[in-house]
Parts: sequence; structure tokens; C-alpha cells
Amino acid sequence: MMRYRFAVLSRATAAILGGYALASAAAACLAVWLPLGRADAVTAAQMLSFVVYACGVIWVFATRNAWRAWAGILGPAALLGGLFLAHRLAAAA
Amino acid sequence: MKAAQPKAPGEEGLRQSMSWLHTWAGLIFGWVLFAMFLTGSLAFFRPEITRWMQPEIQVQPVPAVQAVETAQRYLAGHAPDARRWFITPPSDREPLIQLLYQTPKPKPGERGFVRVKLDPATGQAVTARQTRGGDFFYRFHFELETAFPWGRWLASIAGMFMLVAIISGIITHKKIFADFFTFRPKKGGQRAWMDGHNVLSVLGLPFHLMITFSGLVLFMVMLMPAGILAVYDTPRDYTNEVFKSSRVTPPQNRPAPLVAIAPLVEQAQQHWQGRLGRVTVNNPGDAGATITLVRSVSDGVSYGLLAPYMRFDGATGALQEAQDERSATAATAGVITGLHLGLFAEPVLRWLYFLVSLAGTAMVATGLVLWIAKRRQKARPGDAREAFSLRLVDGLNAGTIAGVVFGVAAVFLANRLLPADMPGRQVWEVRAFFLAWGGSLVYAFLFPRRKWRDLLAVAAAALALVPVVNALTTNRHLGVSLPQGDWVMAGFDLTCLASALVFGWMARRAAMARQAPARTAGKPRAARSETVKAAVAAAAPAATPAATPAATPAASSTAAVFPVPHEPAVPAARPQTPLEPRGETP
Repeated sequence: MMRYRFAVLSRATAAILGGYALASAAAACLAVWLPLGRADAVTAAQMLSFVVYACGVIWVFATRNAWRAWAGILGPAALLGGLFLAHRLAAAA
Repeated sequence: MKAAQPKAPGEEGLRQSMSWLHTWAGLIFGWVLFAMFLTGSLAFFRPEITRWMQPEIQVQPVPAVQAVETAQRYLAGHAPDARRWFITPPSDREPLIQLLYQTPKPKPGERGFVRVKLDPATGQAVTARQTRGGDFFYRFHFELETAFPWGRWLASIAGMFMLVAIISGIITHKKIFADFFTFRPKKGGQRAWMDGHNVLSVLGLPFHLMITFSGLVLFMVMLMPAGILAVYDTPRDYTNEVFKSSRVTPPQNRPAPLVAIAPLVEQAQQHWQGRLGRVTVNNPGDAGATITLVRSVSDGVSYGLLAPYMRFDGATGALQEAQDERSATAATAGVITGLHLGLFAEPVLRWLYFLVSLAGTAMVATGLVLWIAKRRQKARPGDAREAFSLRLVDGLNAGTIAGVVFGVAAVFLANRLLPADMPGRQVWEVRAFFLAWGGSLVYAFLFPRRKWRDLLAVAAAALALVPVVNALTTNRHLGVSLPQGDWVMAGFDLTCLASALVFGWMARRAAMARQAPARTAGKPRAARSETVKAAVAAAAPAATPAATPAATPAASSTAAVFPVPHEPAVPAARPQTPLEPRGETP
């Protein structure tokens, strides 16, 4: 029972907080990379970020085990965050 | 979740885990979502509700040009040194001129906004009973009467849970088309609730998805700052760039008379070939004054928060800037938010909005009741913790589903029964809502056996009383409004009566279910094909075996959303609840 509860807690955390981190990373990445005007890119990125959030949550609860759930959230979040930082560095250089 | 070998979500099939997610994402915020859906449905009729709640106001709208002239005269006399003026001319739905201005030196802790409503015929401020009118339901819908910004965050989080619940519900629901034609109310118990929940959800699915997603988009500046801060220094820079029409222009601190606004309105309406929505004057009486005219959001779906506008120099009347066309992205965002607000909808479409939104309300309610119906079937007798959680959720269900409806009726009754000149009466109208809701919750836990029947009956009676009390306290009751063709007043009263009938019927069903509790026990599974259409009958044999493996190994930990092919003969003395808690007032 405890194991079950912990598994649910772990996934809920991955979904709610991890999902928000993923959505934020996606919003930041798209906002700088989308080939649109500045305001349009931000608007589009923000709208899409809620879709990303929802997909993240579905992934967390659909996948086989908790490791995959976390990896599937944090991996893409790190990738998108990295792409955003890459744009920052490129712009600064 | 009390199975023999509980498995974590995701350790079974996709449909199983999505069913689990649907069950819990829907439950946690279910009661908040029910209240949000119901008040949101009412908010589609915000001006009409306000008009019903101020029956002493009977005025005729005038054209915008004339109204703006009247408004400017009033503001120049009463608020010449205000920092900003906002003028909303009368519309078909709201015949008064609405003014808002910001005083130059507000008291500490206040923002210094003053709101005035003018009679367009006399140019004088109207005096009527103080009430928040339809605004209460509108604001409760996204602020939950909780301090800024916490209420908005809470409502948004509930919205995100709703979005997840909808998506996981769709994935769970494989024969989405067949189930649309499947409704077996006679079967009672879990299966009838299931069918009802499915029909309500699938019927309005595009609407439910749209309204949930667009609700999040409306608050995305607050909810998702990462995208903005990746590009802009502050969120304010972004909103200034996107919402150009609401930009605050600075004063020059030199006095200069303000030009007449009415001719500019004429010019703008000519240019748009459309209606004026709102006038904003920044720094009236200053050389840096600006006059911004925004087109009516009723003129187009995509005008949600981004309607076309024109900005004029307030001292010379020269056109400074204007925007008619927006980028595809901005137009998309405009359509999404415009669809949520529904302000473009003319009467027939508005009623459709209202009805589908009520179907959404009923979807949430049936989902909550279904949670109970399903768990009762699986519960082992004598399991104390299980009994506790069933009692808790059932109490919250009855106290909220009937209680919020009772609360809405209580607002309307308080509006008529509190003395019209009572100070602070608008606060008591809101308290009536929470007292009725809170009282219903208390009652639900004090009298668990009769809660559904009694609370539904109370809600029905309160709704039925609204037109009666209206007739006793005003001269704009059905006997007058119907012959006059006054459809705002008559429509409101008739909707209350219709809702009262629905709730009365539900209360009756709840009472009957209590008297015949064993009715649902053990029906042979052969009766399953009581489906309505031949097409469904064809689909059913294929679907039934497919549902079986889902229920076999450890369906235990998940609540399988599909009608399991056999119905255990357990549900004995449960107070089986009626069909479709739904309905509301205009």
C-alpha cells in the first residue's frame, strides 16, 4: 500500500510540477525560436505551452514506470531549456 | 484504491491508466468545477441578470454618438481632474451608459475607481438598489470570491485539471460514437449514470474542450510567464505591445481643453462600419490627453480581448494611430478568447451557449455521482475507511450540486427581499449565496439518508419562489412582462420555473429511489442490448468482449470506465440518486 501511495505521489509530482517546468521550457524555447514577430511568437508559445502541459501529464500517467515518467518530462524539459539558452548565448555573442 | 495488489497508474494498459487519471483528476476539483461551470453558464447572461436584479431601472438605449455626448458632459462636470475616463455606450443588452473613472488621489490602499451608470435620456446618474447583479456570477466564475490573484490561480488550476480530465476521458472512451446513442436510464445505478455522463460529455465535447482550453489562454500572461520573460523584460512590456488599445499614455502636465468625443465616434463607426464598444480618455484636460475608441466585441468572434481601435489626440482631435487588421497569431488568440467570452453570440446562439454550458455543468455533476456509484459497487461490506470516503464524497456531492443551485436562487431571492435602500445590501446578496451553499453542505452531512431528496427539493422550491417573490415585490412579473413582450424579465422568470421543474423532478426521483432501493440489484446481462439504435446493436457484440479484459486481472485499482459486462448484485440499500442533476437560471 505504501509503495502504491508513493508511486502515485511521485507521478502526481512529475505531472504537476514537472509538467509545469516542461510547459515553461517549451514556452521559453518557442518564444525565442518561432519565426514570427516578437509578440506573436510569445503569444503562440504561450498558447501551445498548455497543450504541452496536458500532453506531459498524459505521458506521466500513461507510461509503464515512474522512471520513464520522470525521464519523459525532465528530458524534453532540459532539451527545450537548452535550446532556449542556446538562443540566448547566440544572441549575446 | 483498496485492491488486493494495487498497481501504480500506468502499470496496466493505456486505457486503464487513463481511466484512473480521468477519475481522480475529475474528482479532486469536481466541486469547484461544478460551481465554476454553473456560474460561468449564468455569466453568458450577465447584463440580462443585472437588469432583472435592478427592476426599477427601465430606460431605452440611445445611439452611441448621442450617449458619448451625454457621458462627456457628465464627466466634465463631475470628474474633470480624473486620470482616466472609461465610457461604455448603451447596447441592445445593456441600455444604460456605463462610466468608470479613476480619481487623481485615491485613498491609501484603494485604486480610486468610481463607477456610475447614466440614464441616456436624462443624463443623470440612475439610483437603483445596490447589487452586483450578473457581475457576481461572472467574477465568481474565475475568481471564486477569493482575493486577487489566488482565486484566479485556483480557478486556473481547476481548469488545468479539467483539461486533463477531458483528454484522459476521450482516450478512455473508445466507442465514442456508439455510446452517444446509448442511454439506459431504466437500468439504474452505475450504468444509467455512466450513459448519462457519456452522452452529456460527448454531446458537448467540442464546447467543453474549447471552453476549458480558452479559459487557460485568457489567463496565460499570469499562468505562463516563462514565455514572456524569455523575450521581454517584464510582462507589462508584452501586454503593452499586444493590447495596444489599453496602453496608458503619459500626461504633459499642461492644461488644454478636451475636444468633443462624439464626432470622433461618428468617424470611427463610419470607418469600421460597426459599433463602438468603449471609449477610454487618458488625462482629460491635459495637453497630453488621448481618446481611444475600441470597436464593440459583439461585432466579431475574434475581437475577444483585441478589438480594432483608433486613438486620437485629445487636444486636437487628430488621429494618432489605429489598428484594424492583426497578425494571424493575434487573430487566433482573439478567436480562442472570443469563443470563451461568447460576447459575439446573438440571442439564439447565446441560448445554445447557455444550454451546452449547462450540459457541461451536468457532465461534472454526473461524473461526481458516478464516482460514488462505481465505488459502491466495488466496496466490500464492513470496510470502514471505504464507507468514510463514500460518505464524504456523497455529502460533498449533494451539498454542492443542490447547494450551489440553491445558492444561486438565494441570491435572486435576497435581491428582492432585502430592503432596496439597505446599506451594504449587495454584500448580503453574496452572503446569501454562501449561506445557502454552506447550509446545504452541513445538512448533507447531518442527514446523510435524506440529503439528496431534501436538498434537491429545497433547490427546486427556491427556484420556483423566485418568480413568485418577483411578482409580490415588483410590478414587472410574468403577468406584466409576458403581455408586454419584455423578454429579459419574462425569460428570467420562465427559466427559473423551468429549472424548478427539473429539480423538482430530480427530488421526486431521489425520493422514489430511496423507497425502492433494491430495484437495481442483479439484472441479467442479457438485457444489455437495450440500446437505441441498430448501429449500436451491431457495435455492441464487438465492444463487450473488448471491455472484458480491461476488467479482469487487476481492474481493482482502476475504476474501469466501461460498463462491465456483468453487474454485481451488491448495491442494496444505497440511496440511489436521480438522473442528470442539471439546470439553472438564465
